[in-house]
Amino acid sequence: MARARVLIRPKEGILDPQGKAVERALPALGFEGVEHVRVGRMVELDAEDPERLSELCEKLLANPLIEDYEIQTL
Amino acid sequence: MIWGVLQFPGSCDERDALHACSLLGEARLIWHEERDLGGADAVVVPGGFSYGDYLRAGAIARFSPAMEAVAEFAAAGGPVLGICNGFQVLCEAGLLPGALLRNEDLRFTCRQVELQVGHLNLPEETQVSALPGGTLSIPAKHGEGRYWAPEEMLDELEANGQVAYRYAPGHNPNGSARDIAGVRNKAGNVVGLMPHPEHAVDPLTGSTDGLRIFEAVAAAGAPA
Repeated sequence: MARARVLIRPKEGILDPQGKAVERALPALGFEGVEHVRVGRMVELDAEDPERLSELCEKLLANPLIEDYEIQTL
Repeated sequence: MIWGVLQFPGSCDERDALHACSLLGEARLIWHEERDLGGADAVVVPGGFSYGDYLRAGAIARFSPAMEAVAEFAAAGGPVLGICNGFQVLCEAGLLPGALLRNEDLRFTCRQVELQVGHLNLPEETQVSALPGGTLSIPAKHGEGRYWAPEEMLDELEANGQVAYRYAPGHNPNGSARDIAGVRNKAGNVVGLMPHPEHAVDPLTGSTDGLRIFEAVAAAGAPA
């Protein structure tokens, strides 16, 4: 079994209202100078065949039309 | 005419959809584990939160046996209507173009909206644009209803007449691209929209315009 981590984020250019909301909340808490906040998902898994991970991402974990994904094998 | 209404764990609008369909014919529920659509002439994928909306709205429901059957049914020209979560399921399944994203203001929206009707391949007498004012009054209630597709895909949809429903000016509740509330596939037999026609079929709830949408689906599907 190979441990892997999949990072999924909204594609560049797609409005991410969650990221915007976080970004707007930060100055009120005293965190100035933070920008371009994007909120995505992280999926951890153990895979017998890590070669098939990108297929799995394309078909289920990410929607390739709106999301980019990145596979990190650990 | 027999209508089949899918039911997933987490569906919540299948009873209203069943009621709406029963006004136009016979209506049956189809449990998500069924591989057989029971001879349905038209299929409704209803609203709700199928499989808890885990991962992405509609992402898991598309792998259900019933959805495999719906994909085959749609490929053969059978009429399919996806409402709200059902629209999300059809997009995830690749039966409709585009995707539904979190509402622009992050708020769950629940309000009556006015819809303009696009070209629906309908016989002249049922063209909805012939209605007074040319709009339909239908409730919308969703948190992830912002229609999105790449610009070139949007241009293509407009050119092909695939924009089935558009929010009237000032009625876009979620930031959808080009005010798109619903789209259809190229063949015209698969239609999805975010607002809920099944909640607008009885004068008791203020509008019966929703029935026009069910009628349009029945008329647009070319029988296999």
